Amino acid sequence: MIEIEYLHKKFGNNQVLKGIDLEIEKGGIFAILGPNGSGKTTLIKSILGMVIPNSGNIKLDGKIVKGKWEYRNEINYLPQIANFPGNLKVKELINMIKDLRSGTNAEDQHLIELFRLQSFLDKKLSNLSGGTKQKVNLVLTFMFDSPLIILDEPTTGLDPISHLRLKDLILTEKAKGKTILITSHIMSFVEEMAEEIVFLLEGKIYFKGSINELKTKTQQPDFEHAIANILTTSDA
Amino acid sequence: MLKILKYSFFDLMRSRWSYVYFLFYLLLGVVLLFLNNDLSKAVITLMNVIIILVPLIGTIFGVMYYYSSREFTELLLAQPVKRSSIFLGQYFGVALSLSLSLIIGLGLPFVFYGIFKSAAIWDFSLLLITGTFLTLIFTALAFIIALANENKIKGFGYAILLWLFMAVIYDGLFLMSLIYFENYPLDKFSLIATMFNPIDLSRVLILLKLDISALLGYTGAVFQKFFGTSLGLIISTGMLALWVAIPIGIIYRMVKRKDF
Repeated sequence: MIEIEYLHKKFGNNQVLKGIDLEIEKGGIFAILGPNGSGKTTLIKSILGMVIPNSGNIKLDGKIVKGKWEYRNEINYLPQIANFPGNLKVKELINMIKDLRSGTNAEDQHLIELFRLQSFLDKKLSNLSGGTKQKVNLVLTFMFDSPLIILDEPTTGLDPISHLRLKDLILTEKAKGKTILITSHIMSFVEEMAEEIVFLLEGKIYFKGSINELKTKTQQPDFEHAIANILTTSDA
Repeated sequence: MLKILKYSFFDLMRSRWSYVYFLFYLLLGVVLLFLNNDLSKAVITLMNVIIILVPLIGTIFGVMYYYSSREFTELLLAQPVKRSSIFLGQYFGVALSLSLSLIIGLGLPFVFYGIFKSAAIWDFSLLLITGTFLTLIFTALAFIIALANENKIKGFGYAILLWLFMAVIYDGLFLMSLIYFENYPLDKFSLIATMFNPIDLSRVLILLKLDISALLGYTGAVFQKFFGTSLGLIISTGMLALWVAIPIGIIYRMVKRKDF
């Protein structure tokens, strides 16, 4: 599904990605983990073409994505911070995104009901709370039927019920055979959802494999300690 | 690109600033006509105002719009839309709404005053065309400045500086060099120097059409002598068009390489 070769990215003097080689197969949930500033968002934004790498290739289904834009029809992306134009109403925003992706079917009605957003449809986005904005963000992400779904910190600001509904939503999408990439700092969420994890450290891939493999590698009984173990040993 | 343009345009049409700008020009038109009581005189006064104000508003508005629509841009970048379409769509959205405010705001009072029955109709339309050119040029320059500066304060600073340079400082430097090098033939120098400033270029363009030699100034006179009135008009219009095309080209290139 996604092939990344030798990816480098520098912002000014700050070398964020230092040669990432990664292959993600079709179908399943993959978690991209790493401490703050390890390059997770940069990696995701490179896949989306928002960040332009200094060197290296990114291929989606065997095709190089650099300079292209049509391939984004195949991707649903949930940005980390829900920044929306404040003077639009929720309804207008949803219709606008639908209009921009015309040609694909949008399933927004069922999602609006799932996240109880009906009463917010006529409100302006600048008047919404952080959690409600994140729900709108989720509706915009999941309303299209694309084979690749990228979620950057999807749980931010969600209440427990919405959190549960989000998990169900991700699992239904997975059951349809989709590829789902998630970044998150909430380890219990990752442990529950992800089948395979990719651990980034200082712009390189430190570990790729299943959660059990990580536990055996670090000789820790549970996932949270395994991650903590990587972070402490790498610092020393 | 048309979809983005549509959204940017309607977004702006709903904002307060478009109306402020529109009402300002409406008021200006009415006051000028009232004070001058003569169409062609009002056109000349208007020229002086337009040449200074349109660039100022174009630059400030362009920079402001770019920074305030950053969220919108980020949202669009993850959608299947071409990068250049996003930014050019936004640019044309701003430039179009500013031009419309100018044309309708100034046009209405003059139409009611009877511009269509007057001989000044061509002078007036040329004025509006030049105003539109200046809006296109300075909004594009503002977008370039905003694209190059992540920092809002810096962006605004450079934008104001650009306007100040083009509207005031450039002329001062130009005059000083004319006095300093008065013993040398300066025809070609002043011709080229005029081409490099869209504000000077617009002034020459309008004055050539109005045919008021007293107001032409040194550059205008050289322009008229060198090209004659009609060729001068064509060349200055062509240069203004280049002044639009080149910044748009630069925006196109910058956008391709930028990270978000």
